[in-house]
Amino acid sequence: MLTNNPFHEVAAFVPPVAMKSFVVIMVIFVLAGTIFDIIHKKSAKYFFENMKKSKSDSVRDVGGGEKIKIACATAAHDVLASGEFCNHRRRIAHLLTMYGFILFLLATAVMIFGYTESGITTPAVYPLLWHLGALMVCVGGYWFWFFIRADVSAEGHSRFRFMLADLFVVSLMACTTSALVWSFFLSIDAGFLSTLFFLLFIASTVVLFGGVPWSKFAHMFFKPAAAFQKRLAEADGSRSNLPPPADSPAKYGLGIKREMPHHY
Amino acid sequence: MPTFVYMTRCDGCGHCVDICPSDIMHIDKTYRRAMNIEPNMCWECYSCVKACPQNAIDCRGYADFAPLGHSVRVLREEEKGTISWRIKFRDGREKNFVSPITTEPWGEKIPRLADLEVPTQEALESQLLCYEPNALNIETGLPTIDKDKFKQGVYY
Repeated sequence: MLTNNPFHEVAAFVPPVAMKSFVVIMVIFVLAGTIFDIIHKKSAKYFFENMKKSKSDSVRDVGGGEKIKIACATAAHDVLASGEFCNHRRRIAHLLTMYGFILFLLATAVMIFGYTESGITTPAVYPLLWHLGALMVCVGGYWFWFFIRADVSAEGHSRFRFMLADLFVVSLMACTTSALVWSFFLSIDAGFLSTLFFLLFIASTVVLFGGVPWSKFAHMFFKPAAAFQKRLAEADGSRSNLPPPADSPAKYGLGIKREMPHHY
Repeated sequence: MPTFVYMTRCDGCGHCVDICPSDIMHIDKTYRRAMNIEPNMCWECYSCVKACPQNAIDCRGYADFAPLGHSVRVLREEEKGTISWRIKFRDGREKNFVSPITTEPWGEKIPRLADLEVPTQEALESQLLCYEPNALNIETGLPTIDKDKFKQGVYY
């Protein structure tokens, strides 16, 4: 199961060109959905105005070289290492989901575009990465969904309460879970069940990529922008109007230990 | 001054939801970010402002006395045991404050009153309070106002 390219096996029923077209349509969905999201929510306008405000409040100029350094620090810490999260469990769950999704997405594209034609053997590494990515998304996603979500841990709502904010994570989990189950049923030749989970896989993929304007899919684009702006505001001295760090005296009190938010 | 959340800074961790004594900080159903669902029921305790690890919560002044352009921001540094406030008035003036934070009962740790010298009768009868004038950051004694400088029309 782990080293089989499921798209190659399904190519007997679904022509490779249809699979490739499907991937292209999904990419168009994401691009169009994100652009619509930016226009509808005016997020680009918000960031631009914030940038202007920050510049007018700045106490020193930040040069081009320093901006590049800040962008690199943002990419390394806030984007690649999910440094924004103050809760380490959320950070681990997010890293699992993020890198799992990237692996799953890239392996899917490589297997569909490179290894669905008959007579071509798929190198074992791609299906392996595909399964590993899906598994990482499932571990991170279900951990977040059942135990870490603020609505469950801080608000005390039911674990099974669904709201619009869950559209992204639920469709992502549905997509990877159905992909894994489909791959399993394919490997044991369970005809009807494999078709059923293949259809579920397709449906959840359409919801995931087609639902960009309604889900928080676009956060992967605007969150890095927000993190960059935050660091820039610190560098130019405007600090988003925040007070400077206390330095007199260096250690004022005993310090306090923050408790996890689960006192509902 | 009820509080509000900057959505781009909030990471939806739930600390403000957990600490709000009015139970008006909730998680938004569309974006899973915190929001003040009922600003007019906010009793302005600023618990959420101080608790937010992302500094994503700000205070919004009532329009009649703080219209547009002002800002009240808080930085809590747990490891230093401090909380700093920066208040920017809309005419550009700024005020900065730093205070200690502790979860210990007052007088037992910060300040530890047992370490102080027992005040003399003379000190008890003076106008200076405990830690004054050092705590006021002034070298001399308490400031005084000459009676001649009082506003005219006020009689003593």
